[in-house]
Amino acid sequence: MAKQKLALIGNGMAGVRCIEEILKIQPDRFEVTVFGSEPHPNYDRIQLSNVLQGATTIDDITINDWNWYKENNITLFSGETVTNIDTVKQIIYSDTNREVEYDQLILATGSIPFILPIKGADKKGVTAFRNIEDCEKMIEYSKNNKKAAVIGGGLLGLEAARGLLNLGMQVDVIHLSEYLMDRQLDPTAGKMLQRELESQGMNFYLGKQTQEVLGEIDVKGLRFSDGEEISADLVVMAVGIKPNVQLAKNCGIPVNRGIIVDDYMETGIPNIYSVGECAEHREMVYGLVAPLYEQGKVLAKRICGQESKAYEGSVLSTKLKVSGVDVFSAGEIFEDEKAKSIKEFNEWNGTYKKVMIRNGKISGAVLFGDTKESNNLLSMINKNADVSEYLKVGTSGEPSVSLVTSMSHEEIVCGCNGVTKGDIVTAIESKGLTSIEEVKGCTSASRSCGGCKPLVGDILELTLGADFSKSNQKESICTCTTLSRDEVVAEIREKNLTHTREVMNVLGWNTSDGCSKCKPALNYYLGMIHPVEYEDEKESRYVNERLHANIQKDGTFSVVPRMYGGVTNPEQLRKIANVADKYNVKLLKVTGGQRIDMFGVEKEDLPGVWADLDMPSGYAYGKTLRTVKTCVGENFCRFGTQDSIGLGIALEKKFERVGTPHKVKMAVSACPRNCAESGIKDLGVVGVDGAWEIYIGGNGGTHLRAAELLCKVKTSDEVIEITGAYIQHYRETANYLERTSVWVERVGFDTIKTIIGDKQKRNELNQRLDEALSVLQEPWKEIIESNAIQTGLFQKVKIPAISNK
Amino acid sequence: MGKTLQKIKVSKVNEMPKNLGKTVTIGSHEIALFHLANGEFRAIENRCPHKGGVLVEGIVSGDHVFCPMHDWKISVKNGEVQKPDNGCVKTFNVEIEDGNVYIVL
Repeated sequence: MAKQKLALIGNGMAGVRCIEEILKIQPDRFEVTVFGSEPHPNYDRIQLSNVLQGATTIDDITINDWNWYKENNITLFSGETVTNIDTVKQIIYSDTNREVEYDQLILATGSIPFILPIKGADKKGVTAFRNIEDCEKMIEYSKNNKKAAVIGGGLLGLEAARGLLNLGMQVDVIHLSEYLMDRQLDPTAGKMLQRELESQGMNFYLGKQTQEVLGEIDVKGLRFSDGEEISADLVVMAVGIKPNVQLAKNCGIPVNRGIIVDDYMETGIPNIYSVGECAEHREMVYGLVAPLYEQGKVLAKRICGQESKAYEGSVLSTKLKVSGVDVFSAGEIFEDEKAKSIKEFNEWNGTYKKVMIRNGKISGAVLFGDTKESNNLLSMINKNADVSEYLKVGTSGEPSVSLVTSMSHEEIVCGCNGVTKGDIVTAIESKGLTSIEEVKGCTSASRSCGGCKPLVGDILELTLGADFSKSNQKESICTCTTLSRDEVVAEIREKNLTHTREVMNVLGWNTSDGCSKCKPALNYYLGMIHPVEYEDEKESRYVNERLHANIQKDGTFSVVPRMYGGVTNPEQLRKIANVADKYNVKLLKVTGGQRIDMFGVEKEDLPGVWADLDMPSGYAYGKTLRTVKTCVGENFCRFGTQDSIGLGIALEKKFERVGTPHKVKMAVSACPRNCAESGIKDLGVVGVDGAWEIYIGGNGGTHLRAAELLCKVKTSDEVIEITGAYIQHYRETANYLERTSVWVERVGFDTIKTIIGDKQKRNELNQRLDEALSVLQEPWKEIIESNAIQTGLFQKVKIPAISNK
Repeated sequence: MGKTLQKIKVSKVNEMPKNLGKTVTIGSHEIALFHLANGEFRAIENRCPHKGGVLVEGIVSGDHVFCPMHDWKISVKNGEVQKPDNGCVKTFNVEIEDGNVYIVL
């Protein structure tokens, strides 16, 4: 039977998602042709603001790469625009004079940015923010220009503005309304948002109408209707989008604001359907991804001739993708005679919550500052929950399982990857999944931002019912086993297991050789439990720890020699300079940990570099003590009350090289001004007159956390004793790859304080740590002296081009 | 003009620890040669389809290597990227003779 010809106009998220759905149902039924005006494969448009903000790259936002089209036998005409459709003969015409026949046609032409029809809008340096080219243009402009003006203080405008700030520009945001995001927020939340963004460096012109873009050829500035002028080198128009319906209109397909579709995404013309931002359903046009994916699913079933539930519209919900700002809005947001609200405003914490109630049902919500309840609220809005349910659940703070019960199977759970509740349930049932990790592996749900993890957990619990076991939800080490870290460690001790393969074998791993997660973890646990006997497995180490250098994206390495306490001398600096010259080091960089990093060293040169340096490894790659950052202290500083350098060096010399679950950073400051930033270290010491304060569990990285005061001691020796006990307790009880900041919160600060405060326990911990410290070798020296390691690990084989006739 | 296959000696069996890789450059090919736990040798293109990561430095488990850049899992037998990621890398034939490792090109 000849395949049916299915054509898609618009190579964007909504249309291609629909094709994916169709391929899932009937992979071989259609011969698929896709037209896209943009010269790219299908990419995640939502992520463009993250690209601009530097959180991701253009390469990373491709959803379906060129191969995907090939693998699925889809003919893609990219960079090609459809100019006409003969809806009677069923033929598509493109701007390259191509003619393509279709049996079924999906219009997913998306929307186009709205450009204000004002004087000067065509000047060089005026751009919209809609596609990759716009994004690239803004990045390009930011390199040579200072001032940007963003017209539009809505979602897109603010995300663009944040991106431009990250690119180093000064940013003015011009907004017609008196407060920001006035479509999604009420004035209270809008003003709170404004204050937050002002503190991030944005400047606002509110209640301003832009009248003219100034400049000759290039943009020079803007004039508002009240006569005020501002200067700008780049103008971004983010005032809204409109459905791209010109083609449909020209071809006689019924159009209102968007292409009119019924509950099955059928247009007024037979065999032509529409999904996405160009489609108008029950007088609504959606510009958010979840509804578009829902539409795609309904249409896929329709086209494949399957029975499907009608699409009945979606509740709009919004989250602002600006780092450090938590804003959520869903459903209706304004009170009237019939719609009342419950508000909580905490000026001190900067949080605001408004829940809307219409006829006793939850109808909308605005959250600012704390959006933990957003999934919960959205679900209640979607099912039109009774206010009593909100009052019951809302106060408990924990979303109950009953909320996922009411979600329909088509409802999107993971917005990043477009995974519905149905996808997850099917995967759990058909593949017998029992943990969130497994669901993630099979469906990609919660793989990107992780925000939907609690929901995935609830769905798991709901689907498995009586089979659901909380014990499965303990975090297993990886998908090779269902055992948790604590269970594995207990078994290693009890059964006296001595290497990773043995652990996997005896404890019933479902893979013969483990994976990149469990191998390094087991290697660590074994070494922690048997510090003297265990022989470290190089092949179970991540490359950096195996080769004792930091791998870079081009496959070269960086080398950081130890500089105890951040103190160096002319001799060391000369050696570093000589090595940099000899080995053609590409970049010398002073690190955050007060030492020098040498970049661009080839793997086979590493032993030579180390031999020439003749300095110990700084372990800049290790899950171990990295650095002890110090301030200059009492010997030079007029405020210093203590010898911070001396203590820092002593700590570093005592604890270097010993393996820990994750990296450990320390600092010693000689006074509460804290120049060494002791408050954000795994262990930070602060000198006060006649004493040292010891802080623990601080972090300046992904899990930003202020360290907590553990105790105050009189002498340096006591600091070292406390530190030893703390490190060993962390070594013995933390999960592999768990930083102290997370560990302290998990096991409880008070528990740790009690254990370390107990003199006997402290001594025992220190004894066990000393045992582990006693067998450690300087790794660079060990490698320089071993030909076998150099041959096995560092040598490359180079064979000149071979003749091939 | 036909192509004759060439056997190129690249290493000795006893010079390569198990579960580790060696970078082998032959002309314009950069190859990751692995010595697997079961004693087999496998060779694939030394470039992850994701971001060009050097696969030779990855952690090897069974028949798979995990890219050191972003942890993509790739079969060293057929070069296929494992789900949920997609893609494929080139594979090369390896032969062992008298304790020597040869790549066939």
